[in-house]
Amino acid sequence: MSLSESRLDLGTTFLSASRLILGTGGANSLAALERAIVASETELVTVALRRVDAAGPGLLPMLDRLGVRVLPNTAGCYTAGDAVKTARLARDAFETDLIKLEVIGDERTLLPDGVELLRAAETLVADGFTVLPYTSDDPILARRLADVGCAAVMPAGSPIGSGLGISNPHHIRLIRQSVDVPVVLDAGIGTASDAALAMELGCDAVLVASAVTRADDPTAMAVAMKHAVVAGRLAFSAGRIPRRFHALASTSDAGRAQW
Amino acid sequence: MRLTVNGQRVDTGVRSVQALVESITEAQRGVAVAVNGEVVPRSTWPVTSLADGDVVEVLTAAQGG
Repeated sequence: MSLSESRLDLGTTFLSASRLILGTGGANSLAALERAIVASETELVTVALRRVDAAGPGLLPMLDRLGVRVLPNTAGCYTAGDAVKTARLARDAFETDLIKLEVIGDERTLLPDGVELLRAAETLVADGFTVLPYTSDDPILARRLADVGCAAVMPAGSPIGSGLGISNPHHIRLIRQSVDVPVVLDAGIGTASDAALAMELGCDAVLVASAVTRADDPTAMAVAMKHAVVAGRLAFSAGRIPRRFHALASTSDAGRAQW
Repeated sequence: MRLTVNGQRVDTGVRSVQALVESITEAQRGVAVAVNGEVVPRSTWPVTSLADGDVVEVLTAAQGG
């Protein structure tokens, strides 16, 4: 596999080279965020929608200057109704039909509310959105989301910001097998090896926010994530060796000296 | 005219959504408005009048995952 075969279609948008999507939440400053975005070589970054007085200026001009595309989210929404309204506002604000659909079920875990999520996804797909839902690692729910027309599914490896990595790798593989749309591992990544694992499990892309923005050195972690996603993807397509219970010598016994 | 703008009560002379947005942000892009819970598309801001008691949300891009 060459990296030139990297294009990934996500409904009406695509990733041309990098399979790393960066979340912009959690950064200490716009300058730190900018350095991380540049270092990650991402093409697509998430943004939230907040009141102008709370949001602070400068984010969108900076993203425009860097030439990265914007994936608005519905962060903080707890009902389908709220999420649909937020998505429509985001479409008007950012002139994109892309939406990272989040409908949270619980403040402590920030895990998705599957019932509300599916409801919102159906409405937004019918309304012409390219819906990228943040979902749980439930293969059945992922399939239902794909069935209603979501352009991808984005299962959580573990709760948002937890850094616990991929707690159920088997389910991520099941999701990969049960949908025909791209699978983006979203949430829970703690470090580069988690991102590599996601790609080795067959995910098409990885979305990382806190693991980069809250790292001691966000720029260095952004570089690590970039390499991890490439390495994981190459390893997946290269085909790993089967796991064995016992050793299998790589060096032939033939021609060994006899004493 | 009394409005509630982003949760704050304000007394204002502005009449249109366009004028209200210009009075609180310089951003040319990336702004969305809801009045009484309904999205007001950007193209209609100049011709959308505000009424006493309207609840207005003026939103823009913020950092978020």
